[in-house]
Amino acid sequence: MLIYLNFSSSLMSINKETVKKISKLSRIASNEEFENSMIKDLNSILKFVEQLNELNTSNTEPLSSVVDQKLYQRDDVEKKINEKKDILQNSPIKNENYFVVPKIIE
Amino acid sequence: MGEITKLTLVNLVSKIKSKEISALDACSDYVSRIVKSKKLNTFVTETLEQAISSAKKIDDNNLKEGILSGAPIAVKDLFCTINVETTASSKILKGFVPTYESTVTSKLWERGAVLLGKLNCDEFAMGSSNETSAFGNVINPYKVNDENIVPGGSSGGCSAAVAADLTVATVGTDTGGSIRQPAAFTGIVGLKPTYGRCSRWGIVAFASSLDQAGPMTKNVSDCALMLDAISGFDEKDSTSANTKKEEFLKNLNRNIKGLKIGIPKEYIVDDMPKEIQDLWDKGISWMKESGAIIKYISLPHTKYALPTYYIIAPAEASSNLARYDGVRYGFRASGKDLNEMYENTRSLGFGNEVKRRIMIGTYVLSSGYYDAYYLKAQQVRRLIKNDFDLVFKDVDAILTPTAPSSAFKIGEKKDDPISMYLNDVFTVPINLAGLPAISIPAGFDQSGLPLGLQIIGKPFDEQTVLNSAYALEEKIGFKSQVKDWWM
Repeated sequence: MLIYLNFSSSLMSINKETVKKISKLSRIASNEEFENSMIKDLNSILKFVEQLNELNTSNTEPLSSVVDQKLYQRDDVEKKINEKKDILQNSPIKNENYFVVPKIIE
Repeated sequence: MGEITKLTLVNLVSKIKSKEISALDACSDYVSRIVKSKKLNTFVTETLEQAISSAKKIDDNNLKEGILSGAPIAVKDLFCTINVETTASSKILKGFVPTYESTVTSKLWERGAVLLGKLNCDEFAMGSSNETSAFGNVINPYKVNDENIVPGGSSGGCSAAVAADLTVATVGTDTGGSIRQPAAFTGIVGLKPTYGRCSRWGIVAFASSLDQAGPMTKNVSDCALMLDAISGFDEKDSTSANTKKEEFLKNLNRNIKGLKIGIPKEYIVDDMPKEIQDLWDKGISWMKESGAIIKYISLPHTKYALPTYYIIAPAEASSNLARYDGVRYGFRASGKDLNEMYENTRSLGFGNEVKRRIMIGTYVLSSGYYDAYYLKAQQVRRLIKNDFDLVFKDVDAILTPTAPSSAFKIGEKKDDPISMYLNDVFTVPINLAGLPAISIPAGFDQSGLPLGLQIIGKPFDEQTVLNSAYALEEKIGFKSQVKDWWM
């Protein structure tokens, strides 16, 4: 619990540096206007969700899925799905059998 | 002609099967209404010519076996449809033409339904008013003093299309209320089935542990028929439930004598309009008149559902939406290197609400914050589910309002994400717990806008939810007040 309490003061403040870092991680190009609007919105959303710190959950098992069935295994039979032509069909830029991306090796 | 679009799904299919109405006449009536209803902006893509030729094929070959024979149906543009553009109402998927069909929609066509087109929604189903769509706002067929009203969201094109008789029924998706809230805002029926009841395969993913497809219809019988059509185990979705096939329409009945209905005190929220409280009270008396037993219950963690949802849903979304990179499908912007191309593509391709949620999701999953936000939310999610597990030992279903207000004006809540999120206060807990819940139209507010009541059931007990709704529907006697002002 102590950790959360210490955290909550620092959690609140999303500054420009954090927004820049998160937009980098999210692969979303950032500019001044975007950063300013995100600082405002993200702080207001984070303030809202911090109500959860009112609850003591130190002994609560996290719930990641409501489904408690075992993963289903299909029969090991070959199926013709996702043919090359289908996979490439929607690519905005392609060349023969390949997706085309900007040069990545200098 | 002309009156066909007023028929319910159950009646229309039965008239097509008995050849009283041809599939072609049914389809043509819908097509001519859709053509005259552009103002509502419900469709993102129309497939009217193909619909007419499919309907002809049904008549010519006398294909009248399917339980949806000849039913003209448009679906939310979140379902992948083979050879028909699928955009999730996002610029980033513009031009994406799937080479496969979602399981849910393939079940519709296998059972004889005919595709009319793809319906507008909030971008990637993120929104409660349909205002985040890259293709513009859908307009609610209900109007107040000549002002345009939102149809709810995210399945806003679906709700408006059913209310305006532009599709005989539809399927939407519900991650935090996206079927039920728009259903309430437009005076129609909307059901979110138990998580796992309908396959998620081929649906553009938003938050995979919460997303569920479900019917949106003119009445409760139609809803049962649609659930019969789209539910069932699918080996292509690892969270699809391997339960026995049920017959919801066949087993639909109004006898709810002795059924225990819970009324959760935590659903009385601050600033809730009196007319919503009054409607809820009426719902309680209708339940009593039908012979149900009312029990007052407590779901103590209700107030934490929204904050929990606004951590979990964006976290899952940030992961699901990582796939939109401009390489394999959809929109692509230029950039001097790979990273710049990714960043420009996603910056120009996604709208503001989607970017906001990706940013929040990335933040709560990032190193140093994961435990404090994401893990914490998963723990509270457990507490919310435990609340329901406990009360369902005493009650068979729960009755609440669907939303804390009626539909609002376009633009009214656009600048404040939190006030928009509060729309989902009564619907979000149900997704977190994976339960089935229905919204049925139950009356009107002072300005003539529809209001909905929600019935929540135990996991995989959609039959009790539908039966209670069926009993209430008779007591309510709701009549659509849509006036065709746009035609």
